[in-house]
Amino acid sequence: MKNLLEKVMHGVFFVCALASILAVALICVFLFANGIPAIREIGVLDFLTGTTWKPGNDVYGILPMIVGSIYITAGAIIIGVPIGLLTAIFMAFYCPKRIYGVLKPCTELLAGIPSIVYGFFGMVVIAPVVLDVAKFFGAKISSGSTILSASILLGIMILPTIIGVSEAALRAVPNAYYEGAVAMGATHERAIFSVMLPAAKSGVLAGIVLGIGRAIGETMAVIMVAGNQPRLTGSLLKGIRTMTANIVIEMGYATGLHREALIATGVVLFVFILLINLTFSVLKRRKDA
Amino acid sequence: MTTEATSAAKKAVVQTSQKQPRVYGRGKARLQKGLVYGAAVLTFAVLLFLIAYILINGVPHLKPSLFEWTYNSDNVSMMPAILTTVEMTLLALVLAVPLGLFTAVYLNEYASRGNKLVNIIRITTETLSGIPSIVYGLFGMLFFVTQLHWGYSLLAGAMTLAIMILPLIMRTAEEALISVPDTFREGSFGLGAGRLRTVFRIVLPSAMPGILSGIILAIGRIVGETAALIFTAGTMAQIPGLFQSGRTLAIHMYVLSGEGLHMNEAYATAVVLLVVVLLMNALSALVAKKLTKK
Repeated sequence: MKNLLEKVMHGVFFVCALASILAVALICVFLFANGIPAIREIGVLDFLTGTTWKPGNDVYGILPMIVGSIYITAGAIIIGVPIGLLTAIFMAFYCPKRIYGVLKPCTELLAGIPSIVYGFFGMVVIAPVVLDVAKFFGAKISSGSTILSASILLGIMILPTIIGVSEAALRAVPNAYYEGAVAMGATHERAIFSVMLPAAKSGVLAGIVLGIGRAIGETMAVIMVAGNQPRLTGSLLKGIRTMTANIVIEMGYATGLHREALIATGVVLFVFILLINLTFSVLKRRKDA
Repeated sequence: MTTEATSAAKKAVVQTSQKQPRVYGRGKARLQKGLVYGAAVLTFAVLLFLIAYILINGVPHLKPSLFEWTYNSDNVSMMPAILTTVEMTLLALVLAVPLGLFTAVYLNEYASRGNKLVNIIRITTETLSGIPSIVYGLFGMLFFVTQLHWGYSLLAGAMTLAIMILPLIMRTAEEALISVPDTFREGSFGLGAGRLRTVFRIVLPSAMPGILSGIILAIGRIVGETAALIFTAGTMAQIPGLFQSGRTLAIHMYVLSGEGLHMNEAYATAVVLLVVVLLMNALSALVAKKLTKK
């Protein structure tokens, strides 16, 4: 009787463990099965490289959205990585222990704030400020919902990811490296920037890749500050639409091929994410090795 | 003349060879130090400003009428949204916690090391934790709402969220299990307890604080989630049954700020959301601290 219970529970634990495999399989199957027929109907090239998105005329080209996602992600990285990395260095090498006890939970809080609150903050603070500053410098724009505003907001949102992973990577570097550098006459700064930082390189890179994944997948916050115009533009002070925004904005009323094209947008996003995840795990393995 | 010139030249040489490089190095170090401090100040200033801004602008709009039982276009009460959020959180936790916990138990207590299946489970979990919430939302819409014909419903939303928080619950539970010393297990086996009894009587109770702090973090994520819920739970402002649509607080806030007519109420909702998240973070940290003290 007791043995039977042991065996049954072993089975239960085993089945539960399969849940995550089942979930990933289901997600892949349903996304691809619903998205790929649309891509085939529109044509792979027309879909991926088409520059016009006009559901009313049955024209579905998502290049503007792909470029939009890449622009905003790149902007977020340019803003978020230097600040995040330097903050991580502060946390690992400069921060007094007492203050650390307060600041560390703060970075976790930064990660815990809902994206809708960030988006709201972007809408009522960042966008108007960007508009005012741009007007001050003579730019002729009428709305603060721009690539720049979205990049600033996402730059803030990826900070906790960059800080957390980079700090862990910096702390994983053996202390002997630092001591060796200082013993040879290096200043505290030189030891950190010329010895510790290069030694933690692959961990820091992994953090950046994780940040890219966060930024490209962010939806609600981006919708509220990016303007969402599906167009190709080279100007930082114009609005743009990302893949994620495209899905949320139009899914509510889309039917037929339009709906499938939106799901296909999700498929493209999913493929991007899978590639980013793969890069992340390769970098992480290399760090562990 | 010549001696003066040479001594001046010597001085110059001495100056360049001794002072300049040192000054340069110091300047660089000072610059780097300044950048490090500047970045840290900026990061935490942004956080403080965000919280202060939302609180200052939102708290005055927290009126009792916002907590009335029914929602209508005159009074966009957030009470239905609060109750929906509670329902959604409980349901998602009921679905995800046993799954995540048992997976962690299997990986840490039952599976043999180097098991291929274990590697696959780890890879899929890692994949799950990297998927953005909008993709979960799409999947939930395709599978639960359309394929299973549940429609926009509380259950469809909760199932979607359960999958989303699964990796978080699993990872924190596993870390907690790993931190239980092997001597505990050996002691239990030595006294004649079976594996099952050891897991439930010895290992899980000692790992409880870690598991709890993971669950609390998961609550924080559920409360703040929007993108995964719009097309699974829908946006109806009512207190939903299992197969009815309902909007959580975060979605309530999205709808309000999207309409642009109720910005004050959106501020107030942001305050409630922020306070919940702050509380959850503090609680999680507190529980985790208890773990390290032991």
